[in-house]
Amino acid sequence: MSFDWIIKIFTENWPMFIRGAGITLLIALIGTIIGAMIGLIIGVIRTIPIPEKGMKRALLKFINAILSIYIEIFRGTPMIVQAMVIYYGMAIAFGIDMDRLLAAFFIVSINTGAYMSEIVRGGILSIDKGQFEAAHAIGMNHLQTMTNVVLPQVLRNILPATGNEFVINIKDTSVLNVISVSELFFATKSIAGNNFKYFESFFIASVIYLIMTFTVTRILRYLERKLEGPENYNLAGNQMQVDTPKIPSNH
Amino acid sequence: METMITVQHLSKSFGTHEVLKDINFSVKKGEVVSIIGSSGSGKSTLLRCINLLEKPTGGEIIYKGENILDDKHNVNQYRTKLGMVFQQFNLFNNHDVLNNCMVGQVKVLKRSKEEAQKLAMKYLKVVGMDQYIHAKPKHLSGGQKQRVAIARALCMEPDVMLFDEPTSALDPEMVGEVLKVMKELAESGLTMLVVTHEMEFAREVSDRVVFMDKGVIAEEGIPEQIFNHPTQERTREFLKRTLKQNI
Ligand SMILES: Nc1ncnc2c1ncn2[C@@H]1O[C@H](COP(=O)(O)OP(=O)(O)OP(=O)(O)O)[C@@H](O)[C@H]1O
Ligand SMILES: [Mg+2]
Repeated sequence: MSFDWIIKIFTENWPMFIRGAGITLLIALIGTIIGAMIGLIIGVIRTIPIPEKGMKRALLKFINAILSIYIEIFRGTPMIVQAMVIYYGMAIAFGIDMDRLLAAFFIVSINTGAYMSEIVRGGILSIDKGQFEAAHAIGMNHLQTMTNVVLPQVLRNILPATGNEFVINIKDTSVLNVISVSELFFATKSIAGNNFKYFESFFIASVIYLIMTFTVTRILRYLERKLEGPENYNLAGNQMQVDTPKIPSNH
Repeated sequence: METMITVQHLSKSFGTHEVLKDINFSVKKGEVVSIIGSSGSGKSTLLRCINLLEKPTGGEIIYKGENILDDKHNVNQYRTKLGMVFQQFNLFNNHDVLNNCMVGQVKVLKRSKEEAQKLAMKYLKVVGMDQYIHAKPKHLSGGQKQRVAIARALCMEPDVMLFDEPTSALDPEMVGEVLKVMKELAESGLTMLVVTHEMEFAREVSDRVVFMDKGVIAEEGIPEQIFNHPTQERTREFLKRTLKQNI
């Protein structure tokens, strides 16, 4: 019976399942973090006001065009194809045999980066114009405005979308089996190839995927609520005016 | 007296819409100048051109003898010399009251945190908000937000303060607390350029009143002249309309 097989397959192969799940999580996590950083940097670059003339204008226009192409390409093609092209392309172009795990980090990161760039840009555009103006009015440049005023607010707003990217990545790393990265799908395929119990093996895999995405979703919900911050504040008492309050160390 | 800012032949168009036409005026050190005029006459645009939130289409802005519209002029450094107070407050939502007053000092003026905090506390006390240092903007009333916004601008120790209808977004009962702070600042000798619909404030606190109409300065003079003996028909019209509303 299937159920017994499921138990048997798991008890016999659990180290491989867990290892595969671990690698899946690792790739998804690193890919999402680096992708988010790429997205933040590109978001900041793409919102630099373009001067009316001069070299800087030409340079910015050029960079923006390159970034748009990058975003279009990686959003417009399937990651499974990107994986093949990058992995085998590297081999042909530079004669290098990329470490498969490194290749996986690279592919997921730049793929996520393309999506995150758009998410970050939307996040920046959704911030009230008054926040930018107030920052400029006290003399902040673009970078200072971004890092001290805008991005902290954007990060909070885009956390749900970023979490969503993480969950998508947990599922989509399965396509990396085409370049033989030993993530969960690849591990399951090997296990099933040995015992010929495809349904049972992949049933176990689906449960593991579900546990991972469910847990991550819950953790992110919790983080979002935490980031909302306290609903209340304390009035500084009269003694605080003499006794200097603690300097916030958050920047 | 030393001239702080001189505006010469300033013009500004949005597309084909000419919003400011050949504006000429100046602000001297320690002077309080009120800009009045009906909605859409270009008051905000003028103020925003002065600190370059809008790029003027033509003319010159001379600050301490230098034309700040020169390409080589450092815009950000110039802006630290002008404190701006917005109608919509625009406090930094991600910072509490104290940090709103410190971040510019630390990041732009490169003051130490200790020094920045000392000044922040000093100016928060001036506006009566020193008890709220740990509150986030979303916890404050409009009047409180505006007072913090004034403190934030003062912390940069600017040469000139620009106010763009600082009380227009406030509930009536909060207008007084903000005007009181502004009056105290005016009395302390701060140079102020104030766009306002508060005719009483313009009349009592300012040294000079500028009346704008359809993108030009229609009349300017001491409050006594503008309010009691306006020479222009449109000034009279405007005052009749606004003062009637205020009763
Ligand atoms: N960014 C912009 N783009 C296009 N038109 C604009 C822009 N900003 C202002 N205007 C136009 O310029 C004119 C003057 O606007 P401004 O805000 O300076 O008037 P105001 O005197 O401050 O009026 P209010 O008392 O209502 O604040 C208006 O007709 C307005 O529609
Ligand atoms: Mg206005």
